[in-house]
Amino acid sequence: MRVLIVEDDDILRDGLKVGLALAGFTTDAVATRESADAALAAGSFDAVALDLMLPDGSGIDVLKKLRDGRDDTPVLLLTARDTVADRVSGLDMGADDYLGKPFDLDEVAARLRALARRSAGRSTALVEWATIRLDPARQSVEKAGIPVRLSRREYSILHALMSQPGTILSKATLEDKLYGWQEEVESNAVEVHIHHLRNKLGPGLIETVRGIGYRLGGGN
Amino acid sequence: MRSIRARLFFILLVTTGLMWLSATLWIFFSTRAEVEQVLDARLMEAAKMVSSLVVNQEIDPDRPAQTKARIPVLDHPHYDRQLSCQIWSLDGTLIGRSESAPETTLSAHATGLSETVINGETWRVYAVENAELGVRVLVGDNLRIRDRLVNDVVKGLLFPALLIVPLLATLIWLSVGRGLAPLRKLAGDLAARDASDLHPIGQTAAPSEITPVLGALNGLFSRVAGARQREQNFIAFAAHELRTPLAGLKTQAQVALASNDAEIREKALGQIVAGVDRTGRLVRQLLDIASVEASETARATAEVNPGEMLASLRTELLSHAGRAATIVIDPDLLALRVRINADLMRLAARNLMENALHHSPTGGVIRCSLDRSGASTTITIDDEGPGIPPEEMPHVTERFFRGRFKAAIGSGLGLSIAELALQHAGATLALQNRAERGLSARIVVPNDLIV
Repeated sequence: MRVLIVEDDDILRDGLKVGLALAGFTTDAVATRESADAALAAGSFDAVALDLMLPDGSGIDVLKKLRDGRDDTPVLLLTARDTVADRVSGLDMGADDYLGKPFDLDEVAARLRALARRSAGRSTALVEWATIRLDPARQSVEKAGIPVRLSRREYSILHALMSQPGTILSKATLEDKLYGWQEEVESNAVEVHIHHLRNKLGPGLIETVRGIGYRLGGGN
Repeated sequence: MRSIRARLFFILLVTTGLMWLSATLWIFFSTRAEVEQVLDARLMEAAKMVSSLVVNQEIDPDRPAQTKARIPVLDHPHYDRQLSCQIWSLDGTLIGRSESAPETTLSAHATGLSETVINGETWRVYAVENAELGVRVLVGDNLRIRDRLVNDVVKGLLFPALLIVPLLATLIWLSVGRGLAPLRKLAGDLAARDASDLHPIGQTAAPSEITPVLGALNGLFSRVAGARQREQNFIAFAAHELRTPLAGLKTQAQVALASNDAEIREKALGQIVAGVDRTGRLVRQLLDIASVEASETARATAEVNPGEMLASLRTELLSHAGRAATIVIDPDLLALRVRINADLMRLAARNLMENALHHSPTGGVIRCSLDRSGASTTITIDDEGPGIPPEEMPHVTERFFRGRFKAAIGSGLGLSIAELALQHAGATLALQNRAERGLSARIVVPNDLIV
């Protein structure tokens, strides 16, 4: 799951970036409204953690621009302005959730997962496909009730595919989910991770659609 | 008298009463004069008439006094026996008199008007002498009756007044109350106001006498609203500025706890240390603002040596600053003596020097210098940092404003504190970008503070 962190405080931004990565997210972080607009225009985030007070404007403006562009990426507002009026105006402007500072890192992670899950149209926390069960909160995967150990990237690819069963995801889309901007993309990394996933979970789980990408298969 | 209503009531009643009284007095005197004139004329006329009757032999002066000619008088219940008439021979014998006339002579005067007291009653008498017949006709009337006439007129005036005054008092009391209704309404409106309701009071419907009060009140409301708005902004900003670093500290601590990677943990702990430094500085600055603002009274001044003050700040700041910059202090500053509050001056200088240090490139030079050429004395702190973009210049002394070239440790309070402290000390802060790279922060001290 790839999230964008918009926060102008250096220490908090760094903490969220590292902390959410530890919780299994692919994270990108920006400090200003301008760079937030640019990042969101480039697209492909599963959720956004947005601070309201930015040096060059308000997070509300970022949110408004996003919603005006018919972009439904779930947004979690992170803010120190924690009055009821602030929350109401934030939620009315199209935010999906609201968290007052100082918050708990685990809660930020849990709320981001919940937002992403709901935007994918699922209400339960567990993602299931055939005999495979994925628990985003614990970043754990079971096959027929037996835990399977996956690397962080393998998990991210499996999570992306299982979040949209039946949809074909291109290699580029999967790379987006795997890597933040600062990270260098290894050329055949996606193929390698898919190969490992097939070894661990069975060859039929992930189908290759030649020339387009990958999708979930029968899963035996 | 504390109540306007009671005061107006009292004033109106007393002045109305006085008016009435003076009108009564005036009427009393003018009526008396008028009555006197009319009655005197009647006396003369009557005396002349009687005298002419005697001349026409209708009254015989030779007739013995015993028979006593009677002059008939119309019977009138109140003003009976108005006129009394006596006819005397010139040798002093009473020839005739009217019924109401006393036996004694009404006047010692031969002719003309006079007043005589007979049996304690004052008579007004007109005498006519008829030398030809040898008689003196005296016609007089009793002044008691005249006075009664005047008194009746005055009573006729005062009696309704006694009835009307209580009625008038009631009317005055009610009208004054009604006239003061807008004041009562204003008081009611103000009393019913919520403490946070600082909207101006509508002035269009108010009577013109209240408008100045409303104007003053509305002015006060807008000042209070402004102060409250600034306070709320400050609190909102302060909340943001304190809660954000706390969130950062907590998040970094949780990263350190969650990660097994020594490198990540070490970095997180380093961030926590930096965050605590920054938060500590922010708290100190907030307390500085609060303490400068708390006391509006004049502060004790002392002779301050700006050169020594800057030198001691240099030692203090360079000992914790990680960044290596050189601070050069112009020796002229050591010779200067300023009469100013030392704490405020130091607070301003410290924040300006910190600001210069935070924005200085590694190896940069910060130069403190003195300019005494102008109308005031200027202590300048020049740095070699990025300066302030022109569009940000008007905002840099706003609290928590952090510009494009913000320092990592900056709180957005330093310049604001420096300006505030200098203002309270009687000096001013001037900021200007240098022609070469960097910001020039100037403490401008009026020359009358220079020793």
